[in-house]
Amino acid sequence: MPVFDVKNIRKDFPILSRRNLNEKPLIYFDNAATTQKPAIVIETIRNYYENINSNVHRGVHFLSEEATTKFEEAREKIRSFINADSVEEIIFVRGTTEAINLVATSFCRGKIKENDEIIISFLEHHSNIVPWQLLCECTGAVLKVIPINSNGDLMFDEFEKLLNERTKFIALNHISNAIGTVNPIEEIIKTAHKRNIPVLIDGAQSIQHKKIDVKKLDCDFFAFSGHKVYGPTGIGILYGKKEILDAMPPYQGGGEMISSVSFEKTDYNVLPYKFEAGTPNIADAIGLASAVEYISKIGMDNIENYEKEIFEYATNKLSGIEGLKIIGTAKQKANIISFLLNDFHPYDVGAILDNEGIAVRTGMHCAEPLIKFFSKIGTVRVSFAFYNMREEVDKLVEAIYKAKKLLG
Amino acid sequence: MSIKEKQEEIIEEFSMFDDWDSKYEYIIELGKQHPPLPDVDKTQENKVSGCQSQVWIKTEYQNGKMIFRADSDAIITKGLIALLIRVFNNQDPREIYNSDIKFLDEIGLIKHLSPNRSNGLLSMVKRIKAEAQKYLNNN
Repeated sequence: MPVFDVKNIRKDFPILSRRNLNEKPLIYFDNAATTQKPAIVIETIRNYYENINSNVHRGVHFLSEEATTKFEEAREKIRSFINADSVEEIIFVRGTTEAINLVATSFCRGKIKENDEIIISFLEHHSNIVPWQLLCECTGAVLKVIPINSNGDLMFDEFEKLLNERTKFIALNHISNAIGTVNPIEEIIKTAHKRNIPVLIDGAQSIQHKKIDVKKLDCDFFAFSGHKVYGPTGIGILYGKKEILDAMPPYQGGGEMISSVSFEKTDYNVLPYKFEAGTPNIADAIGLASAVEYISKIGMDNIENYEKEIFEYATNKLSGIEGLKIIGTAKQKANIISFLLNDFHPYDVGAILDNEGIAVRTGMHCAEPLIKFFSKIGTVRVSFAFYNMREEVDKLVEAIYKAKKLLG
Repeated sequence: MSIKEKQEEIIEEFSMFDDWDSKYEYIIELGKQHPPLPDVDKTQENKVSGCQSQVWIKTEYQNGKMIFRADSDAIITKGLIALLIRVFNNQDPREIYNSDIKFLDEIGLIKHLSPNRSNGLLSMVKRIKAEAQKYLNNN
């Protein structure tokens, strides 16, 4: 058996045997929006509800005990997956969006004042733009944006120029969801830390693609969504350094996040529970842990290498199509290709690909400032996962030729 | 021809196609032939929200009938607009307001176009009906 047996791996994903309304086999190239779920994840969630379902951390009965054990084991598995120091640094949230909102609200409360500066990049998803705009509106702080060049690379020298004594926080993505640029986050973190500026990394597009070691990266926060890493929707992770999380006020109030409550004074719970008000999403936390276990078994290095091969194969094939223009040609790219075909509207191209059973994303990809920099009408985006095959890329190319013929 | 009859005519036309490839081809052809709206009419006021591509609908009244002219920057959307206009143009506003638009479902457009796009389609129908309602309220 070869090292990476994609045909066998595909058998783990029940949905990949679906067909579209025209009975064409599904070719799923919308992995940056959400990834498909292996049977083990689906089975784990089903088993939880069939056999374990109970509220965590408070019952005296055996079910609650089992649910609590599974839930906390899940936290440990995720800690190990990103190599955090302790489970206290792993906060269960709804997804990347909630993680970023938590930091923008809680970390920055009381710390950010008028004329302070927050740095993001031109490549951000709306979820890493709007929470900071909300913060700026409340505090009078100013949002600064690291520019990109025409290839879609961040301009590092411009980033350095933005840094000053008013810079209080930096938030940027690891990989651009819209054009696939891989940002030099190691260098950015090092540079920021020389000035004691904390950095949040939006890892929504990198967690499923490459081995993440938060200790090695030395980022202060790392956020990702479960559903982009083969886990369920509605669950995600905020990693934060313990001493930083400890010093932060709670984000939301409620049950679970307290140690004692009276009308005069409430004491908050310890980490990580201080940030987990209310009954958590227990089933999906356990589901997410089974997803990271599943991909760890395949091996993140194997996944990265295979996805690189598919990405390069697709980049070469698409580049060969006359009239097709790839949007974003950064030096370091991964997994995501945005493109325009002749002067056709991306929507038209997407609709024709859909008719062929090929699922892609069209439009602004929740990154309107970035996409409008390149194209007023949006782009077509194909994004890969390790269950995609070269044959599927070939089918995509055929379908693009068909779109050219129909729309031309 | 009434709104109902026009819908039946379109359903009949689409029943002649064997597969979705030819239906798409036909919609694209309709889009290509559809006359564009002059740029001056592509105003914010005429813009229909809820579509992935940009859509503008301009409404006029002549002798108690409604005249629609519309455009989109996407060709398939434009084809769909052409179908809607064929159904609704030159009709009485009360008929438009009370009409049951079943042809979109019957020819499978709602099912075959993803929610984003069918929402756009439904937004267009909603807008046309809203224009009819506006006229009725004012007269």
